[in-house]
Amino acid sequence: MSTVLLLLITGVGLGALYFLVASGLSLIYGLMGVLNFAHGSFLTLAGFLGWEVGRRVGDGSWGGLLVGMLVGLVVGALVAAITELVFIRPLYNRHIEQVLVTVGLGLASVALFEGIWGTDPIQIRLPEWLGGTTDVLGANIPNDRWLLIGTAAVVLVLIVLFLQRTSYGLVIRAGVENRTMVTALGIDVRRAFTIVFAIGGAAAGLGGVLASVYYGQVGAHQGTSLLIYAFIVTVIGGLGSLTGAAIASVLVAVIQQFANFYLGGTGDIAIVLALAAVLLVRPTGLMGKVTH
Amino acid sequence: MTAILSVRGLEARIAGQQVVEDVSFDVAAHGVTALLGRNGVGKSSTIKALLGLYERTGEVTFDGERIDRLLTHRIVQRGIAYVPEDREVFGGLTVEENLRLAERGGAPNRAIVGELFPELLQRAKQQAGTLSGGQQQMVSLSRALMNDNRLLLVDEPTKGLAPLIVGTVTKALEAAAERTPMLLVEQNLQVVRALAHTVVVLSGGRVVHTGPASEFLDSDLVHRHLGVSTDQEAA
Repeated sequence: MSTVLLLLITGVGLGALYFLVASGLSLIYGLMGVLNFAHGSFLTLAGFLGWEVGRRVGDGSWGGLLVGMLVGLVVGALVAAITELVFIRPLYNRHIEQVLVTVGLGLASVALFEGIWGTDPIQIRLPEWLGGTTDVLGANIPNDRWLLIGTAAVVLVLIVLFLQRTSYGLVIRAGVENRTMVTALGIDVRRAFTIVFAIGGAAAGLGGVLASVYYGQVGAHQGTSLLIYAFIVTVIGGLGSLTGAAIASVLVAVIQQFANFYLGGTGDIAIVLALAAVLLVRPTGLMGKVTH
Repeated sequence: MTAILSVRGLEARIAGQQVVEDVSFDVAAHGVTALLGRNGVGKSSTIKALLGLYERTGEVTFDGERIDRLLTHRIVQRGIAYVPEDREVFGGLTVEENLRLAERGGAPNRAIVGELFPELLQRAKQQAGTLSGGQQQMVSLSRALMNDNRLLLVDEPTKGLAPLIVGTVTKALEAAAERTPMLLVEQNLQVVRALAHTVVVLSGGRVVHTGPASEFLDSDLVHRHLGVSTDQEAA
């Protein structure tokens, strides 16, 4: 029982990390039709800069970590917004070129990060509590999972509130359904594009700092490897659906944890099979809709 | 005839395929100009090309200003409202949110929604995707009519609607046309007869006839260009 509980809660923790990366990816695709292969770069850069600033504020302290998370959030949002304005916007309505640009950015940025921070991952120091565990019904849950789950929950609530309560949120929700019609109502949907990129980048940036907490290190390839899982989550959840991304994140991570433990480390194979199964039964994903 | 919209040599493509070919016509500054033609001749494509929703070339002048190089939202912001074929309401949003999204400028006339379609007020919190086709058309029309427009582009507003709703929609369009000029695409010739002053007829992607609506509808040209007889129209 305690093993199942441990796998379940750590799975939710990993799912929280996936959600931080996949939420932006899903919203960006839903609104703009762009699969953003540079999304992992936002995460990696935010992870590095969050760590750089955080350790100067207080290496291994809560203050350093919280400042690092804030830096990651801001860096992610800014870099994503600049990427949209400089690289994506000039290619408005040219989706293939937009995707190719993000692929190029993703590849080039990894090389840049390796040039600056080296090819080997850098071990990081964390507040002592995060290295410990909490006993839940006999299962010793690593404390860093609570931080991941709590942060992802707050991010989910904030994004939902933004989408439901603000005028830009309304434009984004409508645009995910039918961006052509939003434009035909006289709305400059490109502003919504920048905002969605910034929101996605902020979540990914936060995810970058928390990924370094989860893995205990920060490296140039962190974003690339997480991006693959985030793409799987995004497709399973349904492109453009935030709720779908949240559900699929937890689902994918829990399947991965259980398969790794009970089926001899076959977690990655299990989630690819889950992806294939979802696509066969429901090609638009769990919560996806056919968009215009 | 004073024209509010002048179209010269308009051509449009979808994914490289030409759907509108060298179309030229004017939309009168008052009343309704109907754009007619058989299925697939490019009526809806012409409207979408005017709005910049399709890749297009040619000259489009709106109230003296060239708009053929403007992005769609800029064209609409100049006072051109669009009621699309198949309604295209945002099904995941409520009726109220659909209307709020469509508000342009400082003072949208929300009262007109209650005047024309009172039942929408009772359904303000309902998801638009759960409405009937007729109710969705009311939302679609309200989105356009509540703004201060200088031209309405209305594409097949009665398509697939029950006869009772067709009457309601026609009355709403009639009232709108008293204030704002309109370019109307419509298959139902009774609706065209009730609303239009001028017709522009497309065939094979080109304009083949332009003239007063009543003259056209009472002539053999209806059969020649639209493939229906005056008897069928009455039926």
